[in-house]
Amino acid sequence: MGSYILRRLIVTVPMALIVITLTWGLIRLAPGNFYMSDKALPAAVERNIKEKYGLHKRWYEQYGRIMLSVLCGDFGTSLKYEGQSVNEILWRTLPVSATLGLLAYALALIVGIFAGTLAALKQNHWPDYAAMTLAMLGMSVPNFVLGPLLVLIFSLTLFWLPPARWGGTPSWNLVLPVITLAAVYVSYIARLARVELLEVLRSDYIRTARAKGLSERRIIVRHALPGALLPVVSFTGPALAFLITGAVVVERIFALPGLGNYFINANLNRDEPLIIGIVAFISLTVLIFNLLVDIAYAYLDPRIRLQTQIVNRG
Amino acid sequence: MPDGQSTQGKESKRRRLFANASPGARAWRRLAKNKLAVMGLALSCIIALASLVGPEIIERTTGYTYEYMPRDPQLMKSFAPFTGPDNSFSWQHPMGTDNMGRDLLVRVLMGGQISLMVGVVSATVSLLIGVSYGATAGYVGGHIDGVMMRIVDVLYAIPYMIIVIVLLKFFGGSSFFSGYGLAAGGSELILLFVALGAVSWLTMARIVRGQVMSLKHREFVLAARATGVSTPKIIFKHVVPNTLGPVIVYATLTVPQVMLQESFLSFLGLGVQAPLASWGSLSAEGIRNIAIYPWQLIFPGMTMALTLFSLNFLGDGLRDALDPQTRKF
Repeated sequence: MGSYILRRLIVTVPMALIVITLTWGLIRLAPGNFYMSDKALPAAVERNIKEKYGLHKRWYEQYGRIMLSVLCGDFGTSLKYEGQSVNEILWRTLPVSATLGLLAYALALIVGIFAGTLAALKQNHWPDYAAMTLAMLGMSVPNFVLGPLLVLIFSLTLFWLPPARWGGTPSWNLVLPVITLAAVYVSYIARLARVELLEVLRSDYIRTARAKGLSERRIIVRHALPGALLPVVSFTGPALAFLITGAVVVERIFALPGLGNYFINANLNRDEPLIIGIVAFISLTVLIFNLLVDIAYAYLDPRIRLQTQIVNRG
Repeated sequence: MPDGQSTQGKESKRRRLFANASPGARAWRRLAKNKLAVMGLALSCIIALASLVGPEIIERTTGYTYEYMPRDPQLMKSFAPFTGPDNSFSWQHPMGTDNMGRDLLVRVLMGGQISLMVGVVSATVSLLIGVSYGATAGYVGGHIDGVMMRIVDVLYAIPYMIIVIVLLKFFGGSSFFSGYGLAAGGSELILLFVALGAVSWLTMARIVRGQVMSLKHREFVLAARATGVSTPKIIFKHVVPNTLGPVIVYATLTVPQVMLQESFLSFLGLGVQAPLASWGSLSAEGIRNIAIYPWQLIFPGMTMALTLFSLNFLGDGLRDALDPQTRKF
């Protein structure tokens, strides 16, 4: 187990550095500069700006400086939000995005597993068809269509919920963004849970449990579900990467001051330190979560550990 | 197996249906029995056809194009569906108009052209990369396979869209590609094709690798090797054609995924640029006016949802028909 974690860690750290390098390279290769505006700057001003941001140095010196700042966890000062360090912005926006993401994922897990279980137990009956059609709908309606439609119905027509903006953690403002963000994952998890449960229900150990005369409820809850839900656990990793993409859109729609919204603004403003900071932060989070999920999975499912051992020996 | 007359009748009917049929014909019949998949196929065909020929027909009959603006400033505003200038019923604009008085139906159909093109071309790019990569890894095997698949594992963990956003923002401006004879907006389209194709080939590579691994010890491969066929030729001429079933299934499912990603990017103002429009950028325009002119979002958004819905059902049906073993996910 220890060596498994170590091996995964060895892959994870360079990966984060590669993502940051790629982002840095894209920004560097792109035509133009962040300080260029419509009219040309006087040469002296340009020289001063270059000196201030270290742009007069060779590319490897600049790269080294960026990497050093990333390793130190200090991303410098934002170009657009004057006087604010990137770290300040990260720490201010993180709670917004994290709350949104965690609530959406929790909602997706609860509703998805419930719907998937229901569909599997009533396979080829109307609850199954209804749940799977809804799931397909959830996968097909883009969140930037779903969100505004919910706003149109619940805020602008019925006046039940606020349409946008952040109102602290326990607030009605969260309801619509969380539902919008969760819709896709509810669908994915419901489909996944259904298929896995159907497969498990056909397996030998469930037949044994039935033969022992256990109640159907006990068979499902104690025997079938834990096995069927393992793949749902492993979906957490990819889901996080999707959640971040989704959060970018949802934060934009609902004007929430989260990481995603700032990331888009940083791109539009060409706020290079902020872009690098957010990319570094997001990719590290995603990679660490993937690592944790893999470890949890290996812990929960002994077959994985066995498999890696066999692969290593063979 | 339950007993009874009807089951026997069904069984013999089934046998008649599937007797002497090639695997392809059998798969086709299985698909044809799946009502939802057939509906999906029909709907996607209708939407694709409408997007392809619709704008032309509308232009010939009414003169509206996706950038046509009325001369009269009185008409340069958003009309509701089926509403004429004096609030009377009119067939002129079945989906209404946008803020500039442009016909929304033509714009949605033109947007469909772009969205579908991005979906199909990017899915093809991802298909080419994924199949070559997966087939090579699976066929060569050993340490090379180990390294190649570990790379895929690692790439899975990257939040791509973040990088794609940076890529499109910084290289999207036509300045970088100008001089290559591209029309306005063309550089974004090419970037979109490549960027979205390059980030969605991972699952395809995994699927193809699994298939190739199970195929490579079969007799026909041995025979090809014994007669001295080169390795690349064995991979692409003998092994890959046999993985076609799962590849078709997954490629069908990639199209809606890529379209969704394109619409995200266009929604954020990074994908398709004006004067071109895609369903994503049309929806983004519509969202700004949602409180007053909801049809500006509802029509492009719902057309897109309907298309993705039918493509997803088609993909699911194809999976059941061509590749019953793969998990439904």
